Amino acid sequence: MKKLSARRRHPLAALVVLILALAATGGLYAAFAPADKAQADETQQSLAIEEGKKLYSVGCASCHGTGGQGTSDGPSLVGVGSAAVDFQVGTGRMPAQQPGAQVPRKKNIYTQAQIDQLAAYIASLGAGPVTPTEKQYSPEGADIAKGGELFRTNCAQCHNFTGEGGALTKGKFAPTLEGVSPKHIYEAMQTGPQNMPSFPDTTMPEKQKKDIIAYLDAVNGEKTESPGGLKLGGLGPVSEGLFAWIFGLGALIAVAVWVAARTAKAKKS
Amino acid sequence: MSSQDIPEENLPVAQAEGADLDKHGDNPFADPGLPPHEHRIQDIDERAAKRSERTVAFLFTLSMLATIGFIASYVALPVDKSVYIWPLGHISALNFALGTTLGVALFCIGAGAVHWARTLMSDEEIADERHPIEASPEVKAKVLADFKQGAKESAIGRRKLIRNTMFGALTLVPLSGVVLLRDLGPLPEDKLRHTLWAKGKLLVNQNTNEPLRPEDVAVGSLTFAKPEGLEEHDHDFQTQIAKAALMIVRIAPEDIKDKQELEWSHEGIVAYSKICTHVGCPISLYEQQTHHVLCPCHQSTFDLTDGARVIFGPAGHALPQLRIGVNEEGYLEALGDFEEPVGPAFWERG
Repeated sequence: MKKLSARRRHPLAALVVLILALAATGGLYAAFAPADKAQADETQQSLAIEEGKKLYSVGCASCHGTGGQGTSDGPSLVGVGSAAVDFQVGTGRMPAQQPGAQVPRKKNIYTQAQIDQLAAYIASLGAGPVTPTEKQYSPEGADIAKGGELFRTNCAQCHNFTGEGGALTKGKFAPTLEGVSPKHIYEAMQTGPQNMPSFPDTTMPEKQKKDIIAYLDAVNGEKTESPGGLKLGGLGPVSEGLFAWIFGLGALIAVAVWVAARTAKAKKS
Repeated sequence: MSSQDIPEENLPVAQAEGADLDKHGDNPFADPGLPPHEHRIQDIDERAAKRSERTVAFLFTLSMLATIGFIASYVALPVDKSVYIWPLGHISALNFALGTTLGVALFCIGAGAVHWARTLMSDEEIADERHPIEASPEVKAKVLADFKQGAKESAIGRRKLIRNTMFGALTLVPLSGVVLLRDLGPLPEDKLRHTLWAKGKLLVNQNTNEPLRPEDVAVGSLTFAKPEGLEEHDHDFQTQIAKAALMIVRIAPEDIKDKQELEWSHEGIVAYSKICTHVGCPISLYEQQTHHVLCPCHQSTFDLTDGARVIFGPAGHALPQLRIGVNEEGYLEALGDFEEPVGPAFWERG
């Protein structure tokens, strides 16, 4: 009898009851609620939206609110468009791991199909930039030289002249563009993720975005050659100077010490 | 510690007595002099000396060969040939060959010279006494006497007219050098105060070369504009755009804190000079969530919601804002030039 009462007062008992109650509610909701809606509309688009909404409730709703209206932890997603979702989730930035100055790129845990469903759901909340088709972002046939000119005018101030990235204020930074797919570069220009300004088609037409992607592929792509050997980050005089001072001067000092440490005398002292 | 505690041998009298020890030869601080000279193996063994000679000659010859290799690789290797060399990765063959051969050529000259000096040149230490710099009293007296006689014979003290006009002439002569500095370039006149912007000039998108409409500029976007009529092939394009460069962003009107900024904007579209007011770097590292603009050169930061006020860094002035409006055809236009000089401050800026 004494033992039983002790168990009843166990501090975790309330938590267990709460979890069971939540599971029961969730299970009942999953069993009944979606079935009604699916019957109402079964076109492919609405199915994608429906699936996307489920994914959204699991991965996104805690910060962006249950209806994408935004909370103190995350901005409203009404009107950001499917392109923004494809970029943020496709590059692994969303769902965010932790709050901070900037959400960094990380491993993407969703399949492209899931991302498309999420994007369909967010796009249904309000009109915004649409995920580009391959024809829009493929760099084939683009003008690399013009792309370089556009890149230096619009992008190089933050992303460095060959897209190696650079620092901004208070822990924010412009990430390196190495290894970013043409689609994601296109979407970033279209939507302006985080603190990056957007470059909409009205001020930077589709063709110019392609030129920029082609330029990046030429100067910072997989097949780009580095005639100088070690790039040292491609950041310019800072890393190169540091290397020369530490390793160049260090080697000279080491040789001088080695020469002076060996006596030329016949009798070693 | 009072003076009573000082041990007796450290008191001045005791030290004075200690100085006598020097004469007896047991002063622990006496100058030991130079150690006896020790010979190197090359000084004793002629065969070792020959070996050293050959080593030095070998290093110099290697340098010669490397220089020939430098010239040969310059002639033989094509500019665009790339090779893989660990740990440098893919590298231009020409760059690598030129750098390696020139490095070897220079290093071998240095190494040969060092080896020569260390093993073959004489290594006897030679002591040389310093001489006083001061001249002897006789020389000093002679020079002073000569000077006094010369001054007396020239009558510089007596004939004041000659003395004063000579000073005048000597003072004026350097002025001719100062006047020639004028040839360093034309005076800036009021060029620093004006840009190409004027009332009615359209804001032309630098990407598309088309005039901008308000609906083209979305909140959170960044656009660069140049004044209508300025083309990239114009001979003075760089001179003009260096002052007239403009960045255009759109901020929700309720987020704009500065009253004048709101007045000078069009529905939240604000146009600011792209030239940093510190030392004139192009500044457009725009963060669209905070509306801060950062200068990459010295990290000056401007708040575009508050009249581009300086919130960090060495810049001394807010970025000048261009007053804009919309013309009858619906294009964005300037309503005048910048009200204050763009770019870094200068002496007469006021």
